[in-house]
Amino acid sequence: MIMSQLSPMITRMKRLDIATYAPFIALVLLIVFSSIASEHFLMPRNITNVLRQVSYTGIIALGMTFVIIAGGIDLSVGSMVALVGVLSIMIINGVGDGWWAVAMAVSSAIALGGLFGAINGLIITRGKVASFIATLATMSIFRSMTLYISDAGEMVSENQHFSDIGGGYLWAIPYPVWIFILLAIAYHILLKHSAFGRHVCAVGSNSKVASYSAIKVRWVYFLTFLIAGLSVGISAVLLASRLNSVSPGDAGLFYELDAIAAVVIGGTALSGGKGTIWGTVIGAIILGIINNMLNLMGISPYLQGMVKGMVILTAVLVQFKGDR
Amino acid sequence: MNVPVMQIRGIVKEFSGVRVLHKITLDIFAGEVLGVLGENGAGKSTLLKIISGIYTRTSGSIKIDGEDVDIQSSSDAKRLGIAMIPQEFNLISSLNVFENIFLGNELKNGFLLNKTLMRSKANQLLKELETDLNPDSLIENLSVAEKQMVEIAKALVNESRILIMDEPTTVLTDHEVDIFFALVEKLKQRGVTIIFISHKLKEVKHLCDRLAILRDGHLISVDDVSDINEEDMARKMVGRELNQIYPARAEHTEEVVLKVSNLSIKGLLHDINFDLKKGEVLGFAGLIGAGRTETAEAIMGLRKKDSGHIEVSGQAVEINSISDAVLHNLAYLSEDRQGKGLIMNFDIPKNITLISLASYVRGLIQHKKERAVARDYVKRFDIKAASINSNLANLSGGNQQKVYLSKWMDTHPNILILDEPTRGIDVNTKKEIYHFIRSLTEQGVSVIVISSELEEVMGLSNRVMVMRSGEIMGELTGDAINEKEIMYYAAGLKTMARA
Repeated sequence: MIMSQLSPMITRMKRLDIATYAPFIALVLLIVFSSIASEHFLMPRNITNVLRQVSYTGIIALGMTFVIIAGGIDLSVGSMVALVGVLSIMIINGVGDGWWAVAMAVSSAIALGGLFGAINGLIITRGKVASFIATLATMSIFRSMTLYISDAGEMVSENQHFSDIGGGYLWAIPYPVWIFILLAIAYHILLKHSAFGRHVCAVGSNSKVASYSAIKVRWVYFLTFLIAGLSVGISAVLLASRLNSVSPGDAGLFYELDAIAAVVIGGTALSGGKGTIWGTVIGAIILGIINNMLNLMGISPYLQGMVKGMVILTAVLVQFKGDR
Repeated sequence: MNVPVMQIRGIVKEFSGVRVLHKITLDIFAGEVLGVLGENGAGKSTLLKIISGIYTRTSGSIKIDGEDVDIQSSSDAKRLGIAMIPQEFNLISSLNVFENIFLGNELKNGFLLNKTLMRSKANQLLKELETDLNPDSLIENLSVAEKQMVEIAKALVNESRILIMDEPTTVLTDHEVDIFFALVEKLKQRGVTIIFISHKLKEVKHLCDRLAILRDGHLISVDDVSDINEEDMARKMVGRELNQIYPARAEHTEEVVLKVSNLSIKGLLHDINFDLKKGEVLGFAGLIGAGRTETAEAIMGLRKKDSGHIEVSGQAVEINSISDAVLHNLAYLSEDRQGKGLIMNFDIPKNITLISLASYVRGLIQHKKERAVARDYVKRFDIKAASINSNLANLSGGNQQKVYLSKWMDTHPNILILDEPTRGIDVNTKKEIYHFIRSLTEQGVSVIVISSELEEVMGLSNRVMVMRSGEIMGELTGDAINEKEIMYYAAGLKTMARA
């Protein structure tokens, strides 16, 4: 009987393009499942922790969404987190104590992220190198630079206020989560309600049509890498502040994969042209919850990669079905 | 010809609840050429895509040789001997002819490819089709017509008995069309059944044995070709009498709005000079590759000029990018609607405002205004779509072209360059576009029409420039605008005396 009521609803949903809502449905199912499977899951402390964990890669994934919609990819974000992190700690220790040094470190981290993103963008648009190759190269370059300037040793902040940014709370919600939410709203507006966002989708759908429509294709493409870099800058300084240190070899390791996974799980097509910010937010949260649940259920950490991989595959398969 | 090779019974197709085919029932006989006619959106492509397994039917049945078959995919169709020759060929340009012909059906010698056998079999097949194509030529070096031959040969290797061709002649030159007709005769002799979509009534009359005419998803009639004339065909397609397709030419002023001098691009264009008057329709005729598209693209800033001056309304202007051209109220509709004109996964409003987006932005995009304007264009041009939110990919060619026109009209151009404005578009939409051009010129807009259809150039233009290998060969006005004169100049048999 329930089925007979459900089926017209399902056909209606099919018309609404199931691929668009798949991430949301998956998240709801996952939350229901998790709260049944573990009594700890819904505890406020656990939820706060999951969201905090999610926000670092989530912020990067927000920037990555623009790159992927425009038809590119940025593999260098993980190494960039480490490089920006190390440099920001060097800056804070160089400037000294007090809030002034913290402000300097935060603003220069964002600026440095932007600079590295711009370098990626320039190589790709001016040098006409495929983004996969260009950022594969800068991934290696950024990591190597990080190790060299830190002499591969852990960089620890000597500023007493620095750890307050990543560790602080407003109304019981950690600052990084606030920043993730605010950035998601800002990026959503940028993507869906600004001319730039429209142009990003156009470039990713068909760059030839875009250029014949008087859109500055290379400039738009460049800007997406700049946005990715700025997002990395924000994420890097939050992460450095949270730990009050950066370990040059481990920081940001495989973040590019988590960021890309979040974007793809969120329904953005890897071939470019369409995608949503809220999808990416959901994608990042799904990944976070899966990690959390594997821990809560005491499943070997060695299996976490496998589960993540299977989730990505499922997401892509659902997308592919939806396309036909 | 008495046994139906395929029996189509009550085929219905719905897209998200909208019925686009209404119970089509049709017999197709072995060895016949069946023409399928209809306006854009009449359902002919949908029907043929169902037969060839690209779409699945909503209801109805198909029998082949009297037996029920269930065609769910193109590999099902292939197995049943049904092949579709697409307009965009599916050939691999880095492979040669015989490798493409045997693609997916490679002949092997144990584990290895038997290239000798494939080459000789391909050679034999091409001989039988009376082409002088070399099996070792690379696809990328072939002309469009030759590529089509390869597609057909490929279908024959797959032992296809039913060949579906979607407007095969639109991409061919006149000479190539003759070769194509001879090829169709050859295929008929081999007992191959051909289903043929075309917009060219003359061609259909000449080539087909029977004609099926579709309108709004209904099968209107199936006639022997000897029982029906071109007027009847057009009437059945449109559902009413067609009045004169070309509107009377408008008077234009002598005011020059665009003056192009000494325009050259090394290897492409040589010393192009012409002017365009306010309210005029200036035709550009010539063979494919004569440099007409290149001229338009150079004027629009889409190609780098080696030399040349452009004046808009008496003012010398620098146009180095298409943004510059838009700024000077120039508009250009490319011949490649899908590749350069429209974004297929964007809806109608987003496509229409893509160039003029800045005028919808007040801090943020004003979606309401954008959609209201799009609705106006949908009404003004009678754009047929399930909804304004439909992706362009779901619109028929004619409706896509109307959206493309809307997109450029939204930049409020004074000068409109139309490159092959009615390619692949049905008679009725053509007529609408012609009348729209006329009404534009009445409002003082000047229009350049580049077209390979002589009739179109002659029917619309106040004046015609004829190009050949990157040069303007002649300028025709008044009674001199006729087929003979244009062909003389286009073929290089006559050159304008230079002043």
